[in-house]
Formats: sequence, structure tokens, C-alpha cells
Amino acid sequence: MRIALAATCLADTLFPGAPRATVRLLERLGHEVVFPADQACCGQMHVNTGYFREAVPVIRNHVETFAPVADGEWDAVVMPSGSCTGSVRHQQAMVCRRAGLEDLAATAEAVSAKTYELSELLVDVLGLTDVGAWFPHRVTYHPTCHSLRMLHVGDKPLRLLRAVEAIDLVELPAADSCCGFGGTFALKNADTSAAMLEDKTANVRGTGAEVLTAGDMSCLMHIGGGLSRQGTGIRALHLAEVLASTREEPTPLPETMFTRPERERPARTEAAR
Amino acid sequence: MSRTFLGLPRTLRRPDDAGADQPFGPVPHPQEPLRWGDDFPAAAKQTLKNDQLRRNLGHATQVIRTKRAAVVGEVPDWEALRDAGSAVKQQVMAHLPDLLQQLEENVVARGGVVHWARDAAEANRIVADIAKAKGADEVVKVKSMATQEIGLNEALADEGIAAIETDLAELIVQLADDMPSHILVPAIHRNRSEIRDIFLARMGDAPPDLSDVPRELAMAARAHLRRKFLSAKVAVSGANFAVADTGTLAVVESEGNGRMCLTLPETLVTVMGIEKLVPTFDDLEVFLQLLPRSSTGERMNPYTSLWTGVTPGDGPQEFHLVLLDNGRTDVLADEVGRSALHCIRCSACLNVCPVYERVGGHAYGSVYPGPIGAILTPQLTASTGGVSGHHDPNASLPYASSLCGACYEVCPVKIDIPSILVDLRAREVDADRSTRGVDPWRTAMKAASWVMADGDRFALAGRAATLGSGLGGRDHAISVAPPPASAWTKARDLPAPPRQTFREWWKTREDDRPTGTTPATAEEDA
Amino acid sequence: MTTARTEVLARVRAALGQTGSGTTPSGKVGTAPHPEPVPRAYRAAGEHAVGSPEVLEQLVDRLVDYKAHVHQVSADALPATIATLVAELSEPRRGIARPGSDNSPGPELSEPQGGIAPPGSDNSRGVRVVVPDGLDDAWLAALPEDVDVVRDSREHPLAATDLDAVAAVVTAARVAISETGTIVLDGEPDQGRRAVSLVPDVHLCVVRADQAVQTVPEAVRLLGEHPERPLTWISGPSATSDIELDRVEGVHGPRTLHVLLVAPRG
Repeated sequence: MRIALAATCLADTLFPGAPRATVRLLERLGHEVVFPADQACCGQMHVNTGYFREAVPVIRNHVETFAPVADGEWDAVVMPSGSCTGSVRHQQAMVCRRAGLEDLAATAEAVSAKTYELSELLVDVLGLTDVGAWFPHRVTYHPTCHSLRMLHVGDKPLRLLRAVEAIDLVELPAADSCCGFGGTFALKNADTSAAMLEDKTANVRGTGAEVLTAGDMSCLMHIGGGLSRQGTGIRALHLAEVLASTREEPTPLPETMFTRPERERPARTEAAR
Repeated sequence: MSRTFLGLPRTLRRPDDAGADQPFGPVPHPQEPLRWGDDFPAAAKQTLKNDQLRRNLGHATQVIRTKRAAVVGEVPDWEALRDAGSAVKQQVMAHLPDLLQQLEENVVARGGVVHWARDAAEANRIVADIAKAKGADEVVKVKSMATQEIGLNEALADEGIAAIETDLAELIVQLADDMPSHILVPAIHRNRSEIRDIFLARMGDAPPDLSDVPRELAMAARAHLRRKFLSAKVAVSGANFAVADTGTLAVVESEGNGRMCLTLPETLVTVMGIEKLVPTFDDLEVFLQLLPRSSTGERMNPYTSLWTGVTPGDGPQEFHLVLLDNGRTDVLADEVGRSALHCIRCSACLNVCPVYERVGGHAYGSVYPGPIGAILTPQLTASTGGVSGHHDPNASLPYASSLCGACYEVCPVKIDIPSILVDLRAREVDADRSTRGVDPWRTAMKAASWVMADGDRFALAGRAATLGSGLGGRDHAISVAPPPASAWTKARDLPAPPRQTFREWWKTREDDRPTGTTPATAEEDA
Repeated sequence: MTTARTEVLARVRAALGQTGSGTTPSGKVGTAPHPEPVPRAYRAAGEHAVGSPEVLEQLVDRLVDYKAHVHQVSADALPATIATLVAELSEPRRGIARPGSDNSPGPELSEPQGGIAPPGSDNSRGVRVVVPDGLDDAWLAALPEDVDVVRDSREHPLAATDLDAVAAVVTAARVAISETGTIVLDGEPDQGRRAVSLVPDVHLCVVRADQAVQTVPEAVRLLGEHPERPLTWISGPSATSDIELDRVEGVHGPRTLHVLLVAPRG
């Protein structure tokens, strides 16, 4: 398949390891990945903070960038983020309509019909639960609220993780309890967000896991930030980074709390050496 | 006796100048039941410090959550019931004028009297006038959110009429001169020894050797209230449902005080929001399944009473129904927000909300707390600020949520609370646009919008960010940052930006491909 | 002068987008809603028939779960059972005993209480029972002479304080719901005014097997034939969990509920 990657603004800028792993994973599975460079952001942050007017140009850019999928230029758009996929699916068209932009709304809906969160793409579209991964670490999984309740991904991520060779997957207590990120909620209601974070990190620590994984870098940034502040040594890695890991090319545990691309340079091809 | 923090906003607590060692009350009641003072972040900051409240509430909500999940799990057609409940309420709102008139006709045909109240003051006046006409200086009350909303008890007291709360939790709250903190279990912020102290100090006829065993406390309340029930002349209640096509009203309860108040006195006054209708008697089959399982996590609550007007020789021989607007028509006017009126006051959303669980009801500054409160309170108070008022604490309520969606999942009538929260935020932002002065959030959002609306601009911003990749030391984690980022770094580290953004990496990869595969570009390496 | 009624209705219409109706209090005119038709895919009835063994078994299970006392009897044995239960009421009266200062628990709530005010000075005689005027007299045929049976009706009602002094009430029922363990009274002559099944501390309720349905919708449809009747849905003794979520049973209303489930004939 030809799959267009929407890297998400957050991962593109702060956590490039996640979209890079997505590319690695999909290419290993034999698919062609395309990165339309006009992309920037899906508009979720503006929409959820109430800035619908300011969200429109952001949404327009996203929709126009990925519109070719509706014409069959690509087979699918993959977004390694439950919340961004949720925004695409449930908010973009609504905001366009509010602004009186019916045509844009229709295109947005056409694009969203072919847009998938990573676990949705792997399980529903590609029909896989075993992606040939190898990741010999103790891992616990946090189901992010949008993937759980907006997208209803159900247990797809867990099924994918269970099939990873050598993984020691431990259940996270009170897993479906919100981590407290909530976008700008973390800033506007910092005290409450911190209280929720406290409980989530306590549960993560209690599992004895080396790695916390999830399908959303935003939640991982928040929980990982807490784990880092507490000096736990627990790494936060995106689901893609775990699934992309193989014996031949394992995903190393980063030196630090957050996903780091190390000092990695892209593998050079023979001709260029 | 340890001092107990009441969980009330700072503006409402007064040092106890009675001199006695009483860790509770008297505290002034807020003038406005739908607007108590501090905005949510400030109020939450205070209540979060109350460990006992958090423990009590965390335990309580978990117990109710578990019970609810169990009894809902038993029902094979739960989702179908939710679909029907949601659709019936949509129909009610769409046909409200006709249904209200139909209800009125049917209540009157069966000997009841129907009154209409535009606002709280009018409703209070109607109730007070009825009580006075009956020569009553005391009324017994069944718990009613609507009467709390309008501040009925205080208004009656001003007229020299004592309103005796008969729900155990409301009695506790009343005796302690406190404010309720949960729709269903209003005294959840109180533990048993506090309740015993309150009874000993304020009940008058509590046995002097009263222990703090819950059953004994309940029996003390039973004895105290029984005297009132057997002698009361006027009762005031709310209603869970009103059936338009028969004029029937329904009260769903657990303790039996509802039955006492609805049956024994000669005169009954029911105050009810105009949205609490169902079109037909048969529609009760949906809601009498949805409500008990969602609220107390039982298959059915102990007592439900249904009555239509006056039944000669049985129960009150005079019945008054007060139909209350008090801002509901403002809620009804909004295309998205109007579904907040579908609420059947089960409180399931409170019990699953991770925010409510930690901050408690008082932080919402309204008799309607939690997720439903966050969407109802600002809309009900729209005409005096509410959603769009600058400096109105109610305008902070739609932001009191991480949008996790747990509430929507459990709402028996499928109110899409997260979407309404986002919509209210948009209304607030739009209303604020016309205000003068620099708003840092607006400035930042506009700037971000400009950058994020174009791939090249965004790429440039990303590259600029990578210049900060040296920050954060060896761990690449930033622990201290200036405001507004300091709100983040107070509790968590920030990642230092990477040396290379994803798109820079991609571009380098594309550039490294053998010639002929991708067109050569003149751009420099990342 | 605009009445409140006129104004409220005008506001509602304005909120629903009807022009010419003014505005809502905050000055708005809304948009007309387009509600979907109501889907009724939920169960209209259970898989088990009225009065079937499965329904009765489920009903008993739920009643016991709610700590009601269930007696399954044949129609012939009903009067004797009623007499036995009434006789238990005449045992030495116990008031609401105070637990000792060591916080030992009080009396079992399921023990019959003799009422608050003594009907007669002698504990073992003079038990007073109230019945609705239309109750089947045959059910009381086995009661001993010394039981004082008082009949209550809408025309000749007992005062609430008098009801407070009786030991028990015996009523029939209208319908029972097995899934929820609910018994519904509708105020007809064999069930009585609402006050009589509320104030006494012990309620003996006779439910015929053929009155038991499985689901709530079945009961509502049945009750909907006479929606104007004063209905009381009872699902176990009253309870509160307001104190630390500790469930306490029997706050107001009868603290003891005996359900006499009368088997189908044949």
C-alpha cells in the first residue's frame, strides 16, 4: 500500500522517534510511506481550547494536504496519535461547517474516512496483530482517553503488543483513568492535572515496568515528564517505537526519559556512500 | 476533635466566632446557588489540599462506579435503552411548548394547580405564598435539586417559614449549615464522627449517648424526622419526571422520606424544571430502568412514587405544581448546549470523572457540580454572565475538564458532554474577542495558528526549536522554565527539543536516495 | 400584563427558533431542532412469561437480596401464614434498643417491631393490625380473636398518629417485577391508601404468582391502563448510604417487609 504519514505537530517537533518508527515499521511490512511536506497540524489544540476561528486555517492546511487520499493517490493516511485521529474524525468537519465552509467540510470528511490511528491501520486495514517485532523489556501500556473512548480502538494495541517477541507486558492498574494531560488543561488547571498525574505515575511505578507505552505522544510527554521528574528511570516510548523494534534493528532504550533519536543519522544507501 | 476543612471556597469560610469547639458551621450560604465565588482553578487548588475529602470521595466514587458497572452489565439492552432515552428527551425539547401545556391541562383536570415561574425569586414567592395561605410556619422537604438551585430554604426562612430537609444527607448538610458536595450523596465529604457531632450539637432530640455507628445515626434521624412527618401540613418536593399525556409526576428515592412527604401532609407543592418531562406514561419504562442503575448502582431504588393531581381521600388534597424556567430557556436556545437539559440527575458522570473525584463538588461553585455542572451552570447563568462573562467564575467551568470522555460513556441519556464543553469554550472565546486589552492566550493561539497553517512556516519553527536541543543537560529534560511554561515544569519535566525534527530527518533521507528516485533539490542538508 | 405562563412559553418558543415570540432571558432566538424518531429496540418484555417458574424464582431471589422476607405459600395456606406472622408481632415488644457503650450492634433490623406506642398495656395481647377496606376477608380468617383488625379506607381513614400505633399492615399488590424485585401498589381498595403501607413498621404484602412479570416495560404497560392511580413502587426496605456510603436499611417506611407469594392454583 501507499500510505501517507501525518506525523503530528508534536511528534514532528519534539518526538521524532515516534513517526520515524512508524515509517520503519510500515516499510518493514512492505508498504510505501509518503510524507506530504505541506502538513503541519490537525488543529486539535485550537479547537479544544475554543479557538475555532483560528483553527480553520490550520484545518484547511491539513485537509488540503491530505485531500489526495480521497482521490486514491494514497490508500490511507496514518496518524500515530489517538487524539489527532479523533480530532480529524469528529471535529474538523464540524468546525468547517461552523465557519460556513461546506466544501471544505465535505473534503475533511472524505479525508477522515481514510485516516487511521496506527493500531487501527495495522489491525483493521492491514489485518495484522503480529508485526514481527522483538522488544525484550518489561512494558506497561496506557490506553489514552481519545483512543479508548473516541476511536474505540478497544484492545487492538494490546493485541499488537502481546504478539511482540520477548516482551514482558504487565497490566497497568486503573489503566483507563485519565492521565490528566487534556491539552491546555495541563496549564489552565495545573493543580488538578498534577493530582491526576500523581496517581497515574504511581500506578506506572507499581508495575515495575522499564517502559511505558501508549498511542499518543501528548499523554506520554505528560506522564513521561512526571516519571522523569520523579527520577524513576522509566522510559516513555510510543507504541510505534515498540512495534518497530526487531532483533536486527532493535529500538534501544533511550538514555533519558524521553524518546530521543540518539544521534542517529538516517541509514545511507550504497550509492551515496 | 480535629479541625475539619469544609471544602468551601475561601470566600465563604468565616472564623468560628461562636467560641465553642465546633469544627463545622455556621458558614454563610452563597447568595447565588449557581455561582459561589472563586473560579474553578482557584477553588480546586484549595480543595485538592484536603486529603480527607479526596480519600472519602475517591473511595465513594469507586464504590458507586463498581456497583453501577455491575448492574448495567446485567442489562442486555442497555445501549438500546440509552438510545431511546436520548431520543425521547430530544423529542421533549423539540415539542416543549405543546408538552408543557398538555401537562398543565392534565394536572388541572385531576384537581391540581399549576404555577409558572420565570425565575428563582418568582418560584420562591409562589411557594412561600402557598405555605402562608395554609398558615404553615414549617414545611417538610424532599430533596430537590431545583429547590436548591433557587435557594428556596433561605427564601422561606426570610418569610419566617422553616423548611425541614428530610433526606438524611440533606438533613446533615442543613444542620451543619453546610453546602452539598455531590448531587446524590450530598454529605459525602463528612465522616461518621463529624455527623455524630453535628447531630449532638444541632438536632435537639438526639440521644446524649449517640455513637457514630451509621445505623444508630440513621435511627436517630428517623426518630427526629418521624415527629415532623406525622404532623406536617405542607410538603415541598421536586420531581424526577412529569408525564405530559397523563399529568403524572414521579419521585425516585431510597429512604422513604419522599413517600412520607408526598403522602401525609394535606398540601403538596412540587417545584420542577420545565425540562423534566416525558411525553407518555409508557416512556417511564425507559427512564425507570436507566435512572436507578445509573445513580445508586441498584437494579431498582427502594421507593418510587407516582401521583396524578389529587386523589380524593388518599394523600394531599391540595397539589401545586410550580414549573420553573430560571435560565433553562437560555440553555434550550443553543443548538449544541441544549442537550444538557436531557439530564435526569443520576450523577453517574460525577462518579466517573477523574477531576470531580479529586477536587470534590464545592470546587465547581454551584449546586450542580461535576461534568453536568460544568455544562449546565454556565448556560443557566448565561443571562448574567455565565458562558461569556469576563471575570465570571462560571466561565471557567467548561475548562475544568481534560475531555477524557468518561462521562459521555456512562450518561444514561447520552449527553455528549465533551463536545458541549468544547463548544462552550468556543462561545467563551468568541465573547471575549470583543474585550479590550491583551490576552496572552489569544495572542499565543493566533501566533500558533499562523505557524501551523503552513508546512513551510511550521518547518521553519521546528528547525528553530532544535536550536534548544542542548537544553536540559545530559538527561535532555528541562526542569525549570519561565511562565507560562512554569505551569508545566512545576510537576513535570519538559523534553529538550531534539537535534533534528522528523521532517528534517525525512528530507535528509529523501536527499540521500540514489539519483533518479527522487528529484534533486537545491536545498541544503538539515 | 404578561403572565409568567405566557412569558415562559414565549421564551420556550423563542429558544426553539419560532419567530415572533420574543427572545430568551439572555436575548437569544434559537434554531429549530430536528429530533430523530425514537428507536425502541429495547426489550418490551422478558423471555419468561407472567407467573412462570423462572419469573417467580428470579423474583424471590431479588426480594431475598433486598432482605425482604419471602414466604411461598399456596392459596389455602395463606390465612394461616398471615396468622403466624401476626402472632410473631405479639411477642414481648422490643423498642429500639440502644447498643451498649461498647458499640455492640443493636437489634437485628429484621426482628419484628411492635410499633412505637403500645396499643394495649399487656405485651402479649391486643396487637393491632390495619388492613385496607377492600382486602379479601378470607385472608384474615385464621387470625386469633385478640388481634385487633382495623379497616382503613378513603372514606374512613385513620389519622397518621393512629397508623403509627399499629403493629402491621396487610395489603394485596397490583404487579411485581422479577428482574428488579419490585412490588407495585396502586391504591385500589385491596391495597389501601398510601399512608397505610407507609407508616406501620411491618408490611405484609400478598402477591399472586400471576401478578409477577419479568421486566419493567411489562409492568409499566399494565399500570398505564390506569395512570391516574397513586402508585408506589417498592423494591425492598428503605435504605440510605449517605453516611460514608455505609448502607443502612430501614430509615423511613416499614423496616420489615414480608412478601407472601401465592402459588398458582393446580
